[in-house]
Amino acid sequence: MKLFKALALALAALTLVATAQAQQRSGPLRIEITEGVIEPLPFAVPDFVAENPAAQEYARSVARVIASDLVGTGLFREIPSDAFISQITSFKNPVQFADWKAINAQALITGAVSLGSDGRLIVKFRVYDVFADAPLGEGLQFAGSAASWRRMAHKVADVVYSRITGEGPYFDSRIVFVAESGPKGARKKRLAVMDYDGANVQYLTDDNAIVLAPRFSPAGDKVLYTSYETGFPRIYVMDVATVKRRALDVPAEAMTFAPRFSPDGRTVVFSLTRGGNTDIYKTDIRGGPLVRLTSTPFIETAPSFSPDGSMIVFESDRSGSQQLYIMPVNGGEARRISFGPGRYGTPVWSPRGDLIAFTKQNKGRFHIGVMRTDGSEERLLTASFLDEGPTWSPNGRVIMFTRETQGSRGAPALYSVDITGRNLRRIPTDGPASDPSWSPILP
Amino acid sequence: MRLQTKLLFIAATVILAACTTPGRFGAGGNEAALGAASDPTSPAYFQQTIGDRVLFAVNESTLSEEAQAILREQAAWLLANPEYTAVIEGHADERGTREYNLALGARRANAVYEFLVAQGVSPDRLRTVSYGKERPLAICSNESCYAQNRRAVTVITLAGTS
Repeated sequence: MKLFKALALALAALTLVATAQAQQRSGPLRIEITEGVIEPLPFAVPDFVAENPAAQEYARSVARVIASDLVGTGLFREIPSDAFISQITSFKNPVQFADWKAINAQALITGAVSLGSDGRLIVKFRVYDVFADAPLGEGLQFAGSAASWRRMAHKVADVVYSRITGEGPYFDSRIVFVAESGPKGARKKRLAVMDYDGANVQYLTDDNAIVLAPRFSPAGDKVLYTSYETGFPRIYVMDVATVKRRALDVPAEAMTFAPRFSPDGRTVVFSLTRGGNTDIYKTDIRGGPLVRLTSTPFIETAPSFSPDGSMIVFESDRSGSQQLYIMPVNGGEARRISFGPGRYGTPVWSPRGDLIAFTKQNKGRFHIGVMRTDGSEERLLTASFLDEGPTWSPNGRVIMFTRETQGSRGAPALYSVDITGRNLRRIPTDGPASDPSWSPILP
Repeated sequence: MRLQTKLLFIAATVILAACTTPGRFGAGGNEAALGAASDPTSPAYFQQTIGDRVLFAVNESTLSEEAQAILREQAAWLLANPEYTAVIEGHADERGTREYNLALGARRANAVYEFLVAQGVSPDRLRTVSYGKERPLAICSNESCYAQNRRAVTVITLAGTS
């Protein structure tokens, strides 16, 4: 029942009902994500059963999104349907485990969809540990508007992923980013949001002004970003649902950028430049006095809160080159944590609190890396001409970032990589894209 | 043959002119009409004869001797033509992270601002803005382009329009 409660909390908008005949059992089916090479776990997800004709169009699509989510983690391998020995024609009938063992499907996901006359789609599913001849956890169902069918599929995949890996979910989430167009010397930029896998793109601004580095609020309902709409870089906060925006209450003559929310969503930490000098400040999202957190003649920028809200990691060139520092949330003495060769920037605290992701420049290459919060165990996950700006998946397992290619036709794109450094993937976008920020798991 | 040579010469001039067309990325449309480069009181003279930009070394905002010489002339022009104001745009090359480059561009713009003010230009006539790496002038990915992009550009505007 714990799983049920946690999910119910996360699902205010969708109705979640645990099925009655659920069987509580934790089977041996488990992926332990460690540093070693992982053999992806083979699974099968037959098309869901359409329980009425109107649901037919979702029966296959839902299963395909679930498969795509799981395969996309690099931890699962899908067994193609032409290998199936038995077909799932009813959600209720017992599963023929022998048929799925024979094709080495270690996990089996079955489900059914029905579409009510009120336009509500119901998605039911079960996960089986095939070699234990048993279900893995309870069967569940999600209900929502038919238009949100992809979200329901992501929710199913999140449950499957969490049950098998023991990790938190991340598929039912969104990315806010900068969609780019035009030549390299005169890029047009606009804010956009999309599902974590690149689907359902919506534009939030037009491309009349440069916009930079949007950041989701902890509840995923607001976005902080920098815009040149007055000809001068300033921080704005936008309500994602209504697309209404307002300038943050900061002195208009100062350049402000690099904003980020505190974990409680009430405070904004950002950079403010005055007289050519950039320091870190914070202020209440609703307005009020600015609190200055750094006071040096050096560049201090890219602040990011620890998930408990007590500390801020940021970059400074006070040592002579960009390096990472941690300071208490009200300012005060900063402790340097990066000591390797090269320059370190754009630190972002992991939602789990254990790691800090960063951009590193060394010997003409750019890397995305992670280190512990004391600077130890630095690991570079990527290398290219230009990688920058990491953002964490809600479960702290995956990092998305911008990768820009070289030359006069060079362009940015979004990539993701597992924190083990495996499973580098390009996120499909219509055109060039940069500055991703990952939302929390959606409500 | 003479006609051909002449045409070639014209073509070359056109290309050169295209190369020196500055990028305009300010508040948009506020920059003054350029006028003729031969007229020492024109923004075109400021832009093309004096030079509207100074360049910087990697990660630096220090003004070189060459940059200071250009800025002395910029200051003299601004003092002689009080009807104009200026926006100083700071820029960085693409070999840096976005936020740091914004701050670096601000440092560069401010270095020019302080130099011009020290030369007697009223601070009220000058504004600074940083574009970081958002508006490269040269778009190749090697030092010949990066060197042109690490710049601060003094954009002349008519007083009261910005």
